[in-house]
Amino acid sequence: MSTTPTRPSGGSTYEEVQSSAEFAELKARFRRFVFPMTALFLAWYFLYVVLSAYAKDFMSTKVVGDINVGLIFGLLQFVSTFVITMLYARWADRELDPTAERLREHIEAGEVR
Amino acid sequence: MAFLAAKTESVGEPAVNIAIFAVFVVITLLIVLRASRTSRTATEYYAAGRAFDGRQNGIAISGDYLSAASFLGIAGAIAIYGYDGFMYSIGFLVAWLVALLLVAELLRNTGRFTLADVLSFRLRNTPVRTAAAISTLAVSFFYLLAQMAGAGGLVNLLLGVEGSAGQNITIAVVGLIMIVYVLVGGMKGTTWVQIIKAILLIAGAGLMTFWVLGQEGFNLSALLNDAAANAPKGEAVLEPGLQYGLNDTSKINFISLALALVLGTAGLPHVLMRFYTVPSSKEARRSVVWAIWVIGIFYLFTLVLGYGAMKLVGPERILAAPGKQNSAAPLLAYELGGTLLLGIIAAVAFATILAVVAGLTITASASFAHDVYSHVIKKGQMNADDEVRVARITAVVIGAVAVLGGIFAKDQNIAFLVALAFAVAASANLPTILYSLFWRRFNTRGALWSIYGGLISAIFLIVFSPTVSGKIDPKTGASLSMIKDTSVDFHWFPLENPGIISIPLAFFLGWLGTVTSREASDPARYAEMEVRSLTGAGAEKAVRH
Repeated sequence: MSTTPTRPSGGSTYEEVQSSAEFAELKARFRRFVFPMTALFLAWYFLYVVLSAYAKDFMSTKVVGDINVGLIFGLLQFVSTFVITMLYARWADRELDPTAERLREHIEAGEVR
Repeated sequence: MAFLAAKTESVGEPAVNIAIFAVFVVITLLIVLRASRTSRTATEYYAAGRAFDGRQNGIAISGDYLSAASFLGIAGAIAIYGYDGFMYSIGFLVAWLVALLLVAELLRNTGRFTLADVLSFRLRNTPVRTAAAISTLAVSFFYLLAQMAGAGGLVNLLLGVEGSAGQNITIAVVGLIMIVYVLVGGMKGTTWVQIIKAILLIAGAGLMTFWVLGQEGFNLSALLNDAAANAPKGEAVLEPGLQYGLNDTSKINFISLALALVLGTAGLPHVLMRFYTVPSSKEARRSVVWAIWVIGIFYLFTLVLGYGAMKLVGPERILAAPGKQNSAAPLLAYELGGTLLLGIIAAVAFATILAVVAGLTITASASFAHDVYSHVIKKGQMNADDEVRVARITAVVIGAVAVLGGIFAKDQNIAFLVALAFAVAASANLPTILYSLFWRRFNTRGALWSIYGGLISAIFLIVFSPTVSGKIDPKTGASLSMIKDTSVDFHWFPLENPGIISIPLAFFLGWLGTVTSREASDPARYAEMEVRSLTGAGAEKAVRH
């Protein structure tokens, strides 16, 4: 669906950066992390929502004392949200920021590889 | 229960509540006055000079996001419906992952002050900016109305103000203080109000949570057991379905609500605008991490507060109180700590409303002054000082409109206004944000169809839904809709929340508009947007003082 623009010979700094291998790699790395992760947490969230609506008996099964499966699933949504948050923050600090910073410095210094 | 026996007709001491609230107002006004020294330029007024760090901004985001609906509404929903009320907490929290992974950093890197800055970046400026400003104003207005109506509804219980005139005066006072915050302190002052409020809210909710759990020897199961024992529905309050499990329509309605909650947050303009107050995308990321922890911990507290109120106050007494469901948390405070704790929690509830309305007002005024007036009407031929002057005037106008709207809407069902704001944000804003950040081909027609299609379909479906007319309580025969006259019933759309229709529709229209338009996307602007969004090159820097 995308129309790949031919790289203009006298294109702007941004277009040169966009067509550089380093930027392509940064973009691919970013999308490879955030898209599957988004799909994962949305699927997990809607599993919880649909089970709550349509699997009442299962969700009402008691596990420990008065704590049932539904409550545990709900609390696990909190756990998964915290875990994904910390995973992403650490990953982005390590995997995204150095490359992004290098490219930014190139652009702002006006010299593009 | 010994607690219930000691209960008298009036709750708490209004003088104590008002005094504690006055202390909050005085302290925050002093801080806002200090902040006013640096709120002259556009960057200072709209974005606090981009000088807050991630931790401060994260706490301020929590203060902006945790509205009265979160604090009073969710605690009340759990106290009445049990498990089903807890699902609001989960949807409101998980939604932050959309903001963290897909929106916050990219938006910070490409925009300056408003959502429209990002959406119009590589599309035709005037039409797209106008559309984005209209949906920003619509979402902010519905949200603002809900908060103001909530303020009016709470006075009965919290400040002992009786009757319509008293409520109107309270709404006007809230509006006036909020205008002063925004006018004098700009974004910096507003941010400090939100930070202070968030800390008070977490501290107050945390104290009550430990108190409730402490009575049960920190055993959650024991609390659930005692809560269910005090509920007329018994064990059903621990299971899903009490509020949404009646039939297939209510189940689909629940899924629709869940969809709007999880996709609405990352489209709320007053939340998005907060990302511009930090110096870089890295700090925007840290902001969201902090916000997720603070908001998540707060929502865990609401679970205990809700079941605590069910156990100590009881659903029947909560529903009989003046604020109905919203009075669960204040009544719980009174049961636990008497007049003083009720006073503190009442003040926190009002601080919550104030901080949220201030955030909404500055967002709406920025959108009007920066997008509509400066870019669309004056075609960008305007200096920044004039723009800030217009923004300040707009803030006063919006404050006045909010007061009038709040007085008009004070007897309305506020949950519907909040649901409307989330549904419109998820339908009109989020699809266009995602398309313009991630889809090269996306163009002007796609953006316009998606924004207007999402906005109009969400509002249209709500108008013809049971939230506006024709929802009748089967037991009492009283109307549960916005229109209280039960003979008026023009609803044909069965769901109370339009999200399940309007959100996919807006995504579809964004795609359809794009592929049917002959307009080619601008490769140079797309390159600039994509490179800037991921690298932060050319992003707005912090102002140094």
